[in-house]
Amino acid sequence: MNPPDTAVARFEAHYAEHRRRKTASTALFWVVFLACLAVAVITARFDIRILVEGLPRTTDFLERMIPPIALSTFADDVADWYWGFGKWMGSLLNTLLMAYLATVLGTAIGGVLSFFAARNLVKSYAVFWITRRVLEVARTVPDIVWALLFVLAYGIGPLPGVLAITVHTLGAQGKLFAEVNENISPLPLDGIRAAGGNWLHEMRFGVLPQVLPNFLSYTFWRVELNVRSATIVGFVGAGGIGHDLFTAIQLLYFSDAGAILLIVVATIMLIDMISEKYRHRIIGKDSLSR
Amino acid sequence: MRTTRTEITEAEIAAARARLPRAFARSSHEQARLWLLSSAAAALTLYCLYRFDFLSWQFIDGSAKFGAVVIAQLFPPHGYEYTPDFLKSMGETIAMAFIGTLLGALLAFPLSFLASRNMMPVRPVQFGTRRFADLLRAFDYLIWALIFVRAIGLGPMAGIMAIAIVETGTFIKLYSEAIENLDRKQMDGIRAAGGNVLHVVRFGVLPQVLPMMLSNTLYMFEHNVRSASILGIVGAGGIGFLLADRLRAYELQEACLIIILVVLTVYAIDYLSRVLRERFIVGRAEPAKISAKPAAP
Repeated sequence: MNPPDTAVARFEAHYAEHRRRKTASTALFWVVFLACLAVAVITARFDIRILVEGLPRTTDFLERMIPPIALSTFADDVADWYWGFGKWMGSLLNTLLMAYLATVLGTAIGGVLSFFAARNLVKSYAVFWITRRVLEVARTVPDIVWALLFVLAYGIGPLPGVLAITVHTLGAQGKLFAEVNENISPLPLDGIRAAGGNWLHEMRFGVLPQVLPNFLSYTFWRVELNVRSATIVGFVGAGGIGHDLFTAIQLLYFSDAGAILLIVVATIMLIDMISEKYRHRIIGKDSLSR
Repeated sequence: MRTTRTEITEAEIAAARARLPRAFARSSHEQARLWLLSSAAAALTLYCLYRFDFLSWQFIDGSAKFGAVVIAQLFPPHGYEYTPDFLKSMGETIAMAFIGTLLGALLAFPLSFLASRNMMPVRPVQFGTRRFADLLRAFDYLIWALIFVRAIGLGPMAGIMAIAIVETGTFIKLYSEAIENLDRKQMDGIRAAGGNVLHVVRFGVLPQVLPMMLSNTLYMFEHNVRSASILGIVGAGGIGFLLADRLRAYELQEACLIIILVVLTVYAIDYLSRVLRERFIVGRAEPAKISAKPAAP
């Protein structure tokens, strides 16, 4: 027996053992995965036939959203397609203003609450705990569910939509801002306390200058999300262009639905672009990962 | 040890202020701009408050009604006899999210290679695939669900397809970003050892990107359980249908039970997915990361 052979043999045995264990864990993964898939297929009544039959119908549906446009009568055809341009632009303006107001209100309330939801800034654990739970509920319940609830009380229109997005926004902003607040340097606060400042002074001159850039960049990002939300809450009667879209699709006004969808997509892409530009100006891209 | 305080005279402060005005206050130009911006924002906010009837009786009456009727009637949650129905619907919601996410991932996987700069040399194809993905993502789940409900009928299939379509767009973006961040050295090594394109993908690309892809997919599954729970509001299956139904019928206590169920499920899935991602995927990603780092200086 020469020594190199035993080393190789030991390596081979070790490698085989490693491979065996790896194969076993991979097999276990596939068994669990396929079991989950089987349960899901049965529970959701997944049917490949519906998928196969449905796809051509869906593409047909999408195709009918764009009416025939001939090159010779291009201007007339487009004008015909966008017959409700003025009305839809009015709805779009409503949607954008809804998103703006909800962002302002939600950020203002969430911003104030975030100081009470930061462990390093409040002494009382009860205040911290309650604020955190309030923010959690506001954020976890989807905005469209808030909209359904508010529609019950305020009736149909943009008002319940704004309130729904405001509540969701304050939950989300409060949590993000609280995390920013918890990551600040405590030294400026000590300085202000030493100079005789009270809690409000500490927040205003010690915390705010440190957190404001992050707050602003999160707010720009939130505007983007809220424009999407403001479109969606219209589906349950909360006004804006979402309401027009919902009606057009429900009543199968194909070309109207297509025209509105195009407006929505163009708006969302435009807002994404503008907001991204400003966010990058205020803060580096790295700090934006959620 | 005693420190002596040197007195600073008013004249010295004035001199410093004259020398470094920006350290004491914003320049008048900046001040004017800030003032203009904030008053414009405030004016717009006021106008919106007026436009959306916040400054009217409708708001006050509605708030009174919201407090007295809606909040008061939500609690305590009620309707425990329907719990089996609710749980079944919740199961359907999770199943929709699972299948939708899986379909999206399967569709996006091949397309993500077309959308990555380092894999797809034909620029228009790469650019086109990216924009196609943007288009799929631009519509919200609910918009797709609404379209699918009209095109293929009510039920969970519409929801599954809505999730699958949006996720295809999201995954093309996420996967192709993972592929673009590849370490070239492993691919070069396999090519140098005589491997063909398939070998390069299987042994050079997949070990690097798979953990990232799995982690992203799991994260989006978590996200999609939330989305799936509201798709039913437009008739696309899942718990949202029961919730909207109970809310519209003013059965608020039962709606409250459903909301609590959804929130608890979302927390449970979040927790499970975080544990899975940290325990398994990150654990499996570690060796790949270590071997990706060159041992030499």
